[in-house]
Parts: sequence; C-alpha cells; structure tokens
Amino acid sequence: MSGWGPTRPGIVDGELMSTMRRLAQHGLRTLSVLAAGSLLAAILVRTAPGFGTNELDLDSRLNAESHRALHGAQGTEGGFLRFYIEWCGRVLHGDLGTSVALNEPVRQLLVERIPETAKTLVTGLTLAWTLGLGLALLSSVPGMRCLGWAAWFAASVLLCVPAAVLAIGFVLTGAPGRLAVGLIVFPKVFEFTRNLLARSAAMPHVLAARARGVSEPRVLFHHVLPVTAGQIFALAGVSVCMALAACIPVEVLCDLPGIGQLAWKAALGRDLPLLVMLTVLVTTATLAANTAAETLSRTMRGGEAR
Amino acid sequence: MKIRIIALVFLAVLALGCALAGWIAPEGYAEQLRNEPDAACSRAHLLGTDDLGRDRFARVLYGTRVSLLLAPAAALLATALAGLIGGAAGFFGGKLEACVMAATDLVLAMPWFFLLITVRALLPLNVSPAVSVSITFALLGCLGWAGAARVVCADARALCRSDLALLARAQGASGVRLLWRHILPNLKPALYAQFWISIPVFILTEANLGMLGLGVAEPLPSWGSLLRELGSCSTGITQPAILAPLVLVILTVSSFQIAVRKEEIHT
Repeated sequence: MSGWGPTRPGIVDGELMSTMRRLAQHGLRTLSVLAAGSLLAAILVRTAPGFGTNELDLDSRLNAESHRALHGAQGTEGGFLRFYIEWCGRVLHGDLGTSVALNEPVRQLLVERIPETAKTLVTGLTLAWTLGLGLALLSSVPGMRCLGWAAWFAASVLLCVPAAVLAIGFVLTGAPGRLAVGLIVFPKVFEFTRNLLARSAAMPHVLAARARGVSEPRVLFHHVLPVTAGQIFALAGVSVCMALAACIPVEVLCDLPGIGQLAWKAALGRDLPLLVMLTVLVTTATLAANTAAETLSRTMRGGEAR
Repeated sequence: MKIRIIALVFLAVLALGCALAGWIAPEGYAEQLRNEPDAACSRAHLLGTDDLGRDRFARVLYGTRVSLLLAPAAALLATALAGLIGGAAGFFGGKLEACVMAATDLVLAMPWFFLLITVRALLPLNVSPAVSVSITFALLGCLGWAGAARVVCADARALCRSDLALLARAQGASGVRLLWRHILPNLKPALYAQFWISIPVFILTEANLGMLGLGVAEPLPSWGSLLRELGSCSTGITQPAILAPLVLVILTVSSFQIAVRKEEIHT
C-alpha cells in the first residue's frame, strides 16, 4: 500500500497531460476539417450556376458603376479564394450573411431555430437510447430471449422504413413529431449495442465469472458493460450525427420550425449562403459530439487498462 | 439459408416485373384518365388511380424500375470510387493515405442528408425527369464513397503488409503486378460487401429525398415520389393501395439486408 503514495500524483498528472494533449489534437483536427469544409463549401457556392446574378441587374435605371458597387457589396466579384477569405472575415466578425429566400439575417434565423432542433435532438436521442440500450441489455439476459427477438424484429422493420414515412406516421396518428427522431435512431443503437454485448458476453473472463456462479446482473454490470462502455460512448457521438440527419425529414413533415426545416427551405429556394452556413454549423456540432464521445471512450479504455 | 432464398426470389421476381413493365402495364405511368381521379381498386386498375387519374399499379411498376435500377448503379459508382481512392491510399500509404483519410473525415463529419440536400440545391432543380434521375443517383454515388473507402483502405494496407505481399515482392513482382494480381483480387470480398450494403441505404435515401421534393421530377415515378402521396393524407389513409409503395420499399430493403448479412459472413 505504501507504494501508492508517491506514484499516484505522477500517474494522475501524466493522465491529465495525455488527456489535454488528446483534446488539443482533436481541436486541431476539428479546426482543420472545418477549414477544409468551409473552403469546399465556398468553392461550391462560388461555382454554382446563377451565382452573382441579381434581379437588380435588369434595372435599366442603374448605371455600370452602381451595378459594380452592388456586386462588390454582395461579395460576388473576384475569384473563389477572395470570396472565401472575405466570407471567413465576415463570419469571424459575426456577420453570417442574409438569407436570399427568407430575406432575413442568417444569424437571427439560426438563433430562432437552434433551440427547436436542440429540443428535438434531446427528446429523440433520449428515446432512442432508452429503448435501444434498455432492450439490448434486457435481451442479453438469458431468460429474456422472446423480448430480444421482438425487439430485433421491431428494429429490423424500422431500419427498412424511410425516415420521412415514419414522420408522416407520427403526423397521421397525432403523436409528437420529435419522437420520430428517436424511432429513426433506435434500430441502429439497438443493433450495435446488442452485437457488442453478445460479443463481450462470449469473452473468457465473462464465461469464467458465469462458471463460478456469479449472478446475471453482476455479470452484466461488472464484467460485460465495463468492456463495452468505450464503444458505447463512441456510438453516442455517431448517434448525434444520425439524429441531426433525421431532423430534416421530421421537422419538414411534422412542421417543427428547426434548422432541419430551414435547410429544406434553403434547398428549395437555392439559398446557398444559408445552406452553407447550416452545413458548417451542423458539421461543427457533429465534430464536437464525436470529439467528446471519443475522449470519454478513451478515458474509459484507459481506466479499464489500469 | 431458406430466408435468403426467399429474399433472392423476391428480388428476382421484382426485377422481372420491372423488366416487363411495358408489357404488364402498357398504358404507361404518365397517362391521365381525367374522369377517374382517386379511383378505388378494380380489375382495370389493380391499385386504383392517383389524384391525377394515373394508374397507380403502372406507376408503382415503373417507379420500382427506376429505384431498383439506379440504386445499384449508384452503389456501383460509390464502390468503384471507394475501391479506387481507398485502394490507392492503402497501397501507396504515406501522404496520399493521410490526405484520403482527411477527406473521408470531412465527408463523414457532415451529416449525410445535410450534405446531400446542400449539393442537390447547388444543381438545377427545374430539369427534365431523366436529368433529375441522373442527378439524384449520381449524387448518391459520388457522396457515398467515404465510409467504404476507409474499409477498403484498411484492407489494402493490411494486404500490403501481409506475408502474401512479402512473398510476391521477394519473387520480384513489380508494384503494378502486386496491385493487379495480388491486392485487387483479395479486395473483392470487401468491395462486394460494400456494394450490397450501399444499395438499401441508397434506396432509403432516394425515398427520403423524393418525399421532400428534392428527388426525381414528375411525371417520372420513383419510390420517393410515389411515397409523397402519403403526405397528402392529412385526415387518414382512405385508400390502402396508397401503402403499396411503402410495403414494396420495406420488403425490398429487408431482402437486400438479408442478402447483405449472408454476404458479410462469406467475407
């Protein structure tokens, strides 16, 4: 026991340093992916057909100088690199541009709609994880095979139904649309977790624990779950990305005024500045969720290794 | 094994039905019977007619043809891109692999549907039905390579470090010969699996895009555009025949998934 005294603070410091280094690496990776993504988006916007055309171009009362001034104000002059640098400068100053289709500042639109999508995400992910993880845990208990089969069947059917159809089902039955996101994400969570638990349950240390007569709940919570926790955290990060993608059809068809519905309106109105900003925002959210999940996952694995 | 045979038979029957669509439903998918809108199921119209008086059975048949022909085509394109990009990255390694991994990171970080509708919006929306079909499925193919490329890259890297590659090199095999005779044939199972996995994903994505009005343009039917009818039933489903495309989508996607599971086991 006396050996723990002097070494433990050293181990903790080393762990902290390693976690900080990992976080810095993730931050750098996130920033570089975002920079590359926004550059790609700027190229797409700059080269899209119809870029820089304005109905004021048809106004014969304006002279050439006025037209030039208008294009300059819209940032449509020069190559894509100049366009990208100017766009980045505006974004860093908090000017996210103006939506062409909705004629409102993009920033205001985002501020209004992000809380709605956040509510949908939280509700959907809570339902998906409660159902998915709960049923996967229950189906891994030997006496619950029937429940396991029923859950597998439900998940398999839900995997084959388009997200938009599920959303319409919720509209027709009058159920809250936000829950549809949960049912879209649930089958993926369930299938992955169930396979993970089944694989862990066949590991030698679990078999040894069962052979020694350790009770099923103890086997599950002390021997199976700790091994799978890292991968379950990683799945949690990915499930945020799945839920965000599911938000588009759900918010459109259930008439929820979130960013999914905004993206759809922007796509129909070819509102490229708004779409690009939404894509960058959603990518940032996804990367942040994945980074958090990966850090947690590594921490769990580190703890396990010790 | 039995369930796989059933799934394959179902897919074969569906493919045959699509191939013979012109013979089974000679009236075509666009002909309007203006005095028979929203007609119920009858001998003349097995699934009734839609609100524009078009025979729903004919539209389901032709829509199945569009979705069932083009989803595998998009999957082929995505798999080819994944094989090319991932295979080259795994084989050459170094900076090329780092660049490819960064590109896949970028594509995978963007939620698939957001990326899809953003790129779809960059392309013209008011185009002919044939062009809209090509755009929709080409987009699916071009954007769906990233996940598969990572798998192929990892496999190619492992193969390059295997005893098989070491032996071939020791026997004086050139880089091209090593790639062509030893690496590519061993990548086939991974590519087949990625191809089969992509098909149901693309079918469902097209259905979602079509239901949101960003897929195949009217009057050409696809499963996505046929499912849009469900959206107009605000007071409930009065005609059960409306559900025919949904049943078909579920059966087809589950059949592909059953085939995929077996395919994965083989690899």
